Amino acid sequence: MNPIYARRRRKDIVIRGLCIAAAAFGVTWLALILATLLYNGIAGLNLDLFIADTPPPGSTEGGLRNAIVGSLIMTVIGVGIGAPLGLFAGTYLAEYGRNDRLTSVIRFINDILLSAPSIIIGLFIYGAVVVPMRGFSAIAGSLALAVIVIPVVLRTTEDMLLLVPNALREAASALGLPRSLVIKRIAYRAARSGLITGVLLATARVAGETAPLLFTALSNQFFSLGLNKTMANLPVTINNFVQSPYAYWKQLAWSGALLITITVLALNIGARILGAERTAK
Amino acid sequence: MTDLSVSVSSNAHLASQQVLPEAPAKVTVRNLNFYYGEHHALKNINLTLGTNRVTAFIGPSGCGKSTLLRIFNRMYDLYPGQRVTGQLMLDQTNILDPKLDLNLLRARVGMVFQKPTPFPMTIYENIAFGIRLYEKISKSEMDDRVEKALRGGALWNEVKDKLNASGLSLSGGQQQRLCIARTVAVRPEVILFDEPCSALDPISTAKVEELIQELSENYTIAIVTHNMQQAARVSDKTAFMYLGELIEFDDTSKIFTSPTDRRTQDYITGRFG
Repeated sequence: MNPIYARRRRKDIVIRGLCIAAAAFGVTWLALILATLLYNGIAGLNLDLFIADTPPPGSTEGGLRNAIVGSLIMTVIGVGIGAPLGLFAGTYLAEYGRNDRLTSVIRFINDILLSAPSIIIGLFIYGAVVVPMRGFSAIAGSLALAVIVIPVVLRTTEDMLLLVPNALREAASALGLPRSLVIKRIAYRAARSGLITGVLLATARVAGETAPLLFTALSNQFFSLGLNKTMANLPVTINNFVQSPYAYWKQLAWSGALLITITVLALNIGARILGAERTAK
Repeated sequence: MTDLSVSVSSNAHLASQQVLPEAPAKVTVRNLNFYYGEHHALKNINLTLGTNRVTAFIGPSGCGKSTLLRIFNRMYDLYPGQRVTGQLMLDQTNILDPKLDLNLLRARVGMVFQKPTPFPMTIYENIAFGIRLYEKISKSEMDDRVEKALRGGALWNEVKDKLNASGLSLSGGQQQRLCIARTVAVRPEVILFDEPCSALDPISTAKVEELIQELSENYTIAIVTHNMQQAARVSDKTAFMYLGELIEFDDTSKIFTSPTDRRTQDYITGRFG
């Protein structure tokens, strides 16, 4: 065999081996984490988890109903506020402001916001909402989640709209469509699955956020639907219970973590299916 | 001159092509200049598009022919940093009037692009969409209009059984005819074709060319093309452009058989371009 070719083959084998090893290393830890979570979490999965509220210290009965409902409410409100803002802002960047100097400034700031530690966002809402309102509240928690949702949705919206070929916009304009309709009827439609994917991913992102809720919604041992009061939620409950000395609380924490993980997984799979639809067309 | 005579014999059908009488002007261009930022892209253009005639624009890449076409429907307005001077009239309408409603202008001056651009919706909706912008009509009327438009685009027989299929599911040539049908559906007066066949195979190209000829019975047509045979086949008048100037503008048969300008002759005989 030609020695140059032989050397290249040996190199190829070594590099390939290293790549596989690195991938295996990463995936192993992930698999271990998931296996531990599944093993510990599944033991506590029962109906009580969904219909009973968090137990007082020492009790060996109870579930996570108040935390599950609280998480749902705050996530829905957070995404409900953050997603439209992100969509509109992303639309501005990709459509109206494409040639604007302001656009690159906004994009830069958004990228910072995107990578900002979520605890900072929690502290910001603490200062901006909790302190003036003189108390922790579910609405403060929702706002903190919304602030996290905005940059994620903004970014995906802009990226997805920029993927829509300009020829399509020109063709629509050439038919006499005003700009607003070109965006609404053509660009949004062409980018639809990408836009929905962005919102789903943002939802998945905030579903497990703990830090921003610690300073805003705090938590609540009891069932509460009041938006101006503290509200129970899964991440903070897990955080509190896992640090407790009670075995039953620890069990609830594991099961709660499993619930969040399953939810996030489902959202990600949903996003992937939608993404696959887009590429198939 | 030897080169030219070879080309003339290959364009023999031109000799038999009748020269239509002068048509009244639909679009009039007077002393038109266009700038991309500092770049002077079009220099003092003067010409007219005859009513219900096909005018072809030929010339090497970057000569400004597409730019000129995109001024006719003010497409350049979508992008910043561009400037136009001179006069451009569509009948009695000043196309360059800054107060002109561009959407209404574009309803009168339709455009078909280089790459087929079906909208991400069904074949039926691709046509109905444009009509709904200007008219409120019943479902059955709409069905008629869609059929008429698709027939106008020589596409009806191929798609009549799958009107609810995505426009993107069609072949490239069919997509382009869908775009033509879509343009025709809103009943424009002028149709601009920007290299409509450059992404198509020869058979699709032949269909689109035939279609352009048919459309010229009812519409004023301007077509930009890199294919000189195509210009010779479909057009009544041909404009040769070079480096932003209009070098020669005359009957197509005259341009392709006895051009007056040396540069035109060099271009059509393939000496550059």
